[in-house]
Amino acid sequence: MISDDTLLTVSDFSVVYDVDPPVEAVSGVSLELRRGEILGLAGESGCGKTTLAYGIQRLLKPPAVITSGHTVFHDASGEDIDINALDAAQMRAFRWDKVSMVFQGAMNSLNPVAPIGRQLEDVFTTHRPSMPKGERRENAGRLLDTVGVGRDRLRSYPHELSGGMRQRVMIAMAMALRPQLMIMDEPTTALDVLVQREILLQISELREQLGFSVIFITHDLPLLLEISDRIAVMKDGRIVELDTAERIYHGAQHAYTRTLLESFPSLTGDRGDFVRGAEPATAGSASEQTARPDASSTEANA
Amino acid sequence: MTTLDFSHVSKRYHVRGSGDLLAVDDVSFSLTSGQTIALVGQSGSGKSTIAKILTQLEHQTSGEVLLDGEAIPRRGPALRRYRQRVRMVFQDPFASLNPYHTIRHHIERPLRLDKVVPKHEVDDEVHRLLERVRLDAAVIDRRPHELSGGQRQRVAIARALASRPELLIADEPVSMLDVSIRLGVLNLLADLQRQSNLGVLYITHDLATARHFSDEIMVMHRGVIVERGPADDVILDPQHPYTRELRSASPDPDKHFAGRSGMDARS
Repeated sequence: MISDDTLLTVSDFSVVYDVDPPVEAVSGVSLELRRGEILGLAGESGCGKTTLAYGIQRLLKPPAVITSGHTVFHDASGEDIDINALDAAQMRAFRWDKVSMVFQGAMNSLNPVAPIGRQLEDVFTTHRPSMPKGERRENAGRLLDTVGVGRDRLRSYPHELSGGMRQRVMIAMAMALRPQLMIMDEPTTALDVLVQREILLQISELREQLGFSVIFITHDLPLLLEISDRIAVMKDGRIVELDTAERIYHGAQHAYTRTLLESFPSLTGDRGDFVRGAEPATAGSASEQTARPDASSTEANA
Repeated sequence: MTTLDFSHVSKRYHVRGSGDLLAVDDVSFSLTSGQTIALVGQSGSGKSTIAKILTQLEHQTSGEVLLDGEAIPRRGPALRRYRQRVRMVFQDPFASLNPYHTIRHHIERPLRLDKVVPKHEVDDEVHRLLERVRLDAAVIDRRPHELSGGQRQRVAIARALASRPELLIADEPVSMLDVSIRLGVLNLLADLQRQSNLGVLYITHDLATARHFSDEIMVMHRGVIVERGPADDVILDPQHPYTRELRSASPDPDKHFAGRSGMDARS
């Protein structure tokens, strides 16, 4: 499924929030994403993972400033697109068509006063203005079928759907134009494990069928280990480790990656770090600051 | 020894337009000091309704809640005394502390209201409580916004412990915290539970921490407890189809990678 073909090259990417004092949210990130690959982006709140995801699509607003770096999109047509060099009109045409996004808390980002069918059709009205009305409707219905909501819900309003169904609608919307890359920011965090599992299976299946790449952002490392081909671990704006899921699981190199791994007690295995009645040694406020990585090891490029 | 009995409790909510919702359906269990029970289930299963009934923020439609054999009083000083013995730690440490007040105020208030210690000892007691939850005394005059999520949840725990309760209801106490500090806070709760011989009802959707934190697990589905038993039994050898479904849906990298290479050592 994953080719050696590179889809996206991010090089030396930095974002600063220009407040007082300025905050460097993303510093010198470089990574390559392959066609058809699921790349997990792991890290805790404030590590810069969302800023990075927004930054590479130029979705950031002031006071965020991209201070260095390039993002090059290697289109299926063979053309290389430097995302930072696009003008407003080109950018508008590029977004959603080539790269789409499922936003954090996406299930609350549907318009509450419009039926979901109409919201799906909007995508085509904007990006495929020549498409006839009947075809728009047909496509919207097919998308709902694909994500398991079913076309009989075209006329439903968001409040008539469960959280899981709304999230699927958002995924359908992100898939509408057959993008080559979908960026998903905590797409299942607000959902139950059962619904989460269904949606993850669906994303994997669709990826098999349609061959798009995914950047999957979450703090849930066990989940990433199961679904990702490779995982990038972010801390303080830097990628501290980037490797295949298997190698991260078996032999994480960076202390912070190991801390993250140990933060999740194993469901069926040993107790690991979680020892009932353990004495203060590890449990104290110190753990709030554990694993500040030695600043020397900073970047890991694939 | 304190025992809280939840006996054949049901709670029915009226939902406008779609009839009644039976959120809790004939649930019985008891919680004794020194015992840790996890209550797991997906959202909407009725977990939090049970927490609300235990603290009498909601009243049951039928059934009884008994503390050492006596029904929970519905109002007045007797209800206050009950709530002093059965305390709650909430999910969201960003919402459960008052942004206008200092940490000192938060912890002092139950001490004064419940007259836990004589007035002149209140200050010492606040410091002792902060020490118990391993917070630096320097936070005492700060306000919640100056603290991290983990620190705030420690304040919430200190506040719950201030009245020297015998039982603690912890409703998703770590799910809003950053992952690398969750275990620290849970370990702290486990230590405090042992030190004070607390009975803890740990409400969560996370099977892994439920298994490691508690002696027993109760699995709730649509208002009914479908399975209960010793923690390891319920997770490692689930009997009810719903428990099995929950288990197989939970991410479990150990199992995921187990087939790929025989011997592995994560650390």
